[in-house]
Amino acid sequence: MRIGVPKESRPGEARVAATPKTVEQLIGLGYAVFVESGAGAAASYEDAAYQQAGADVVDDSVWGADVLLKINAPTDDEVARLRKGQTIISLLAPGLNPDLVQRLSERGVTALAMDAVPRISRAQALDVLSSMANLGGYRAVIEAANEFGGMFTGQVTAAGKMPPAKVLIVGAGVAGLAAIGTANSLGAIVRAFDARPEVAEQVESMGGEFLRIDVKTEVSADGYAKEMGEDFNAKAAELYAAQAKDVDIIVTTALIPGKPAPRLITEEMVASMKPGSVVVDMAASNGGNVAGSVADQRVVTANGVKILGYTDLPGRLPTQASQLFGTNLVNLLKLLTPEKDGQLTLDFEDVVQRGVTVVHEGEVMWPPPPVQVSAAPAAAAAPAAYEKPEKKKMSGTTKLVMAAIGALAFLGVAAVSPQPFLGHFMVFMLSVVIGFYVIGNVHHALHTPLMSVTNAISGIILVGALLQIGHTGKLWISVLAFIGILVASINVFGGFTVTQRMLGMFKREEVRS
Amino acid sequence: MSITMTLMQGAYIIAGLLFILALAGLSKHETAPNGNKFGIVGMTIALIVTVYAAVAGIDVAPLGKSVGDRAGTGMVGLGLIAGAMAVGAAIGIWRARRVEMTGMPELIALLHSFVGIAAVLVGWNSSYETAEYPAIHDVEVFVGVFIGAVTFTGSIVAYLKLSAKIKSAPLVLPARHWMNLGAIAAFFVMTVIYTLTPHENVMLRQSLLGATTVIALLLGWHLVASIGGGDMPVVVSMLNSYSGWAAAAAGFLLDNDLLIITGALVGSSGAFLSYIMCRAMNRSFISVIAGGFGVESGTSAGDVDYGEHREINAEGAAALLTEARSVVITPGYGMATAQAQYAVAELTRKLRERGIDVRFGIHPVAGRLPGHMNVLLAEAKVPYDIVLEMDEINDDLAATDVVLVIGANDTVNPAAMDDPGSPIAGMPVLRVWEAKDVIVFKRSMATGYAGVQNPLFFKENSQMLFGDAKARVEDILAAL
Repeated sequence: MRIGVPKESRPGEARVAATPKTVEQLIGLGYAVFVESGAGAAASYEDAAYQQAGADVVDDSVWGADVLLKINAPTDDEVARLRKGQTIISLLAPGLNPDLVQRLSERGVTALAMDAVPRISRAQALDVLSSMANLGGYRAVIEAANEFGGMFTGQVTAAGKMPPAKVLIVGAGVAGLAAIGTANSLGAIVRAFDARPEVAEQVESMGGEFLRIDVKTEVSADGYAKEMGEDFNAKAAELYAAQAKDVDIIVTTALIPGKPAPRLITEEMVASMKPGSVVVDMAASNGGNVAGSVADQRVVTANGVKILGYTDLPGRLPTQASQLFGTNLVNLLKLLTPEKDGQLTLDFEDVVQRGVTVVHEGEVMWPPPPVQVSAAPAAAAAPAAYEKPEKKKMSGTTKLVMAAIGALAFLGVAAVSPQPFLGHFMVFMLSVVIGFYVIGNVHHALHTPLMSVTNAISGIILVGALLQIGHTGKLWISVLAFIGILVASINVFGGFTVTQRMLGMFKREEVRS
Repeated sequence: MSITMTLMQGAYIIAGLLFILALAGLSKHETAPNGNKFGIVGMTIALIVTVYAAVAGIDVAPLGKSVGDRAGTGMVGLGLIAGAMAVGAAIGIWRARRVEMTGMPELIALLHSFVGIAAVLVGWNSSYETAEYPAIHDVEVFVGVFIGAVTFTGSIVAYLKLSAKIKSAPLVLPARHWMNLGAIAAFFVMTVIYTLTPHENVMLRQSLLGATTVIALLLGWHLVASIGGGDMPVVVSMLNSYSGWAAAAAGFLLDNDLLIITGALVGSSGAFLSYIMCRAMNRSFISVIAGGFGVESGTSAGDVDYGEHREINAEGAAALLTEARSVVITPGYGMATAQAQYAVAELTRKLRERGIDVRFGIHPVAGRLPGHMNVLLAEAKVPYDIVLEMDEINDDLAATDVVLVIGANDTVNPAAMDDPGSPIAGMPVLRVWEAKDVIVFKRSMATGYAGVQNPLFFKENSQMLFGDAKARVEDILAAL
């Protein structure tokens, strides 16, 4: 089958649905690939590079291909160009665009939505929402830094002290975590809030401080944050209000797919922020988390707070974004082309393939049946973690009694023992104690050499046999002693030699110049 | 000219001190080679003095005693000693030079058995010597022979299991604990009878000694046969300990303080290592010794749905690694069986050349011998300062980009922490799942030694790389 990659028509869109690298992979799956001339130019992928990768660069006849790969949903004009039997794969937002779904079905095409991939482990490789959110979170912080009048990192210089910027990230999904990591690596103090308390660990692992509120919430079952109860919302609002007065940058990432974005930061909160503060609203496309944000606009409020409502944040990193998006598409096509013969097949038994299919040969398939994430039940068991099973411990008195019995028994034996025996016992006891302390200090990595050296020195039993050999009288005593000397010598010589050999292997790293 | 007893004992004291210094030297890498040299010097002193005494005789006059002088054995004795030692030295050095580092556990086990058999032989021989305190001497003979014989067969079985000459699965006989207890009880009873039997009754005394030896040999064989392959680190260090106690018992028997000191040092060293290993598996020493682990199935075994695992190929793994800033490799016994240490070392070197921080995390019971992984990595020329212990690296794992799990299973199993019903619950493990990505090298989805399914394989951030560890690492090297 032929795959066509048209030039994106949306104004300002710099991404492209395939890069030379992914073109190669598509060809590997058995497809013939056609790229519209100039499709990758804005993302720094030249036509020549596509040709080199094995694609044919064509004009807008690319729309005649069997499978069309796009970033954005097709415009009305583009939908009109589709013909029956074609397959189009792109972002579609089917939940928000019922009209588009309707029109696609009227054209008799098959439409797969990259933004409808179910959030299960297996499908991560084709989840564009994750891969784009990651870039978006990064870029959101970069945009904020660009607008912010100060540095992110704190410094003490001869010209005075600069405080570090304080950044609040609302929502610790993929975008939020990427934003936390980026802001943290620029040196800012990062705080984050999320309705799901179970993400606290992830926030902390990225270098952010997780803000908590004191309300019970349910564990998310489908990997997305849920809309929360009133009590929770009131507490959260208090937290935002308090933070807004303190922080310099706010990045909101609370986007629930297919629903209007929740309003988290009110007008009063924005008004309470310091002049020069920056708010990045990553949910502006769905109405915005922040009062006063306008999609794709930079708004400056009366008190000098800048609100950025850019919806094309991932697209502002077009080279990388195209590569990730393209790889997500390749991974989807791998799933749809199990024979690697260039024939696209859909298997509706597979929840992933069923999930992305919005229109199948003209028939509307949206919405798909809900998918349970397999990881969810395990999360419920999490509170039990780190608890060790109880062990029966000997009580203090039992130990004391046993020690006393042992001491008495020894005294009983000692009372009837000859003096030399007790002398030897003293030596024995002291050696055991010394042994424990000396061995306790041995480096863990040297346990094997330790064993071989103890092997060698326990060959000292040799001295016993040495004194038994060669006396006149019983011949077999000499024979046994001979064997004893022989095997003990193996220990002595073998043990020391192998220890020497091993220790010679342990090398410290040579100091590099 | 005979040597005086006092001079000999003085030499033994110096040798004993040198042995303590030898073990103390092993506390650090820098001082370890010196420690080994101390051991060699101590051994040389002890052997020269003893050989001289054996050949030229001992004079006990300075001790203020009139009896107890020993006649020397002259040239005949010297010839025999030289012959035996030359053969032993030749075999020992030849084996030590040739042994592969993956074969260290077998060699160590075999060396333990030699100490055991030597203790038995020395015990038998001295049962004929007349002693100042016959009752004490009789008990010492029995204790020495018993421990020596248990060490001997136990080590032989350990050797056979480690070298895969017999199956490493635990042997589970019915009433096995009772058999062990019975053997020990029989030993006690026979010791008492032996001590009470007059010396003239040679027949009965010899039979008792023979019977004790046979029972001890059987006990040693059964003890180790009933312990499975994964518990071998404990078994080997336990046998190390036994070989020490056997030497110490021989010291009591022969009135020789050097043997007592050395035996006690080795015995406590082995006991300490066993303790470390047991703690690392969260099991009691008794439960390991009693054997049969993994036979009784755990409560949570079976039909839990862990979801699906994801696979990755060598190219994908190489891509992940090149983009990582920090990588931790956690090897297990599988790395030794696949002989993958050289490939892993090469991978480490290449990644470090690219400025990636590569470190190793070693679980205390990884491999079949305490410190086994460290020796393997050292053999492949991995610098030892990037090879860290579990406790040293566990807290860093959360900030690590990629963890490579090579041939390890139970030591990286989150069930040990999360699932109180798991057979390995409470065992300290490497928390590799906290890293950003985990790549697990494995031959198949089979369970590890403990027979416990590993939820790590089904975590969202872990990916499986199936196949022979060495071949896969080499594929990654090619893809880099």
